[in-house]
Amino acid sequence: MGEKQLVTEPEIRETAASGGRPRAAVVRDALGVGVAVGLSGFAFGVTAAGAGISTLQACVLSLLVFTGASQFALVGALAAGGNPFTAAAGAFFLGTRNAFYGLRLSELLRLPRAVRPLAAHWVIDETTAVALAQPDRKSARLGFTVTGLTLYVLWNVTTLLGALGAEAIGDTRAWGLDAAGPAVFLALLAPMLKTATERAVAALALVLGLGFLPVLPAGVPVLIAALAAPVVLWMKGRRS
Amino acid sequence: MNVWIAIGLTVVGCYAVKYAGLLVPAGALERPLVRRLAALLPVALLAALTAQQTFSTGSALVVDARAAGLAAAGLALLLRAPFLVVVAAAVAVTAGVRALGG
Repeated sequence: MGEKQLVTEPEIRETAASGGRPRAAVVRDALGVGVAVGLSGFAFGVTAAGAGISTLQACVLSLLVFTGASQFALVGALAAGGNPFTAAAGAFFLGTRNAFYGLRLSELLRLPRAVRPLAAHWVIDETTAVALAQPDRKSARLGFTVTGLTLYVLWNVTTLLGALGAEAIGDTRAWGLDAAGPAVFLALLAPMLKTATERAVAALALVLGLGFLPVLPAGVPVLIAALAAPVVLWMKGRRS
Repeated sequence: MNVWIAIGLTVVGCYAVKYAGLLVPAGALERPLVRRLAALLPVALLAALTAQQTFSTGSALVVDARAAGLAAAGLALLLRAPFLVVVAAAVAVTAGVRALGG
């Protein structure tokens, strides 16, 4: 689930000057993101089924975890034979970025206390991207809600269809569906590789993740690869 | 059973970090080092996961049709294709290479 530039800078300035964006424009952006990403729940359902996860388990993940990268990471780790703790740890670390989205959204949206526990569930890459792209609080709230609702409904419906369809499809490998997971990760990763530091972290993590794969239990190499982040930061700190 | 344990932990953990973000006073996670680390952690994890799920089967390193699929996804990303097109390109090219016996 990748972040997108939703509105161009001049457009933001223009509409901000005229007192907020038209509701239709916000809803159009939100629906575009919600539908495109929501449909990829199908790939998750199929991937989960291919990894030996039951339809019920796949649906529970989409209903209650609802953060795509973590879900793909979890089923990938379980399929590779990882123990439940390392598999969950990888998914959890991947989900920590949502805490930082929440920090920014709480200032922006100023949600009533009673709504927060529900809204929290929708704090993900896409809802954050849409909300932050809006010039004012009203549009941000509308964008967050429409993106969250569309994505949640579609993601769960298509997860179910994907999990059920996996059997009908037969050999998911022959259809190339095992490439969907890594493609989703790459699409999420690409916009994050802006500076040399980020590229260094990615390169080191790649080497660690592949290097330790043959020698350590499934799931553990990813956690070791996560150390690339503090290691590169530390090395950068020493050099400067 | 193991799968349900993993699902339970992931459900609780992922919801907790989402909710924490909305509740924590803005100052607490604003330290520059924490912010930098939080931004870089997903980069490391996503890079490692992409590589592993493309170049491994179980604990063996392999290069197969998925590599071609990922290259297609990379190309689609460079061409600024929408999310669904990127995923579809990877799936279609992987299937195509396998159909050709790759």
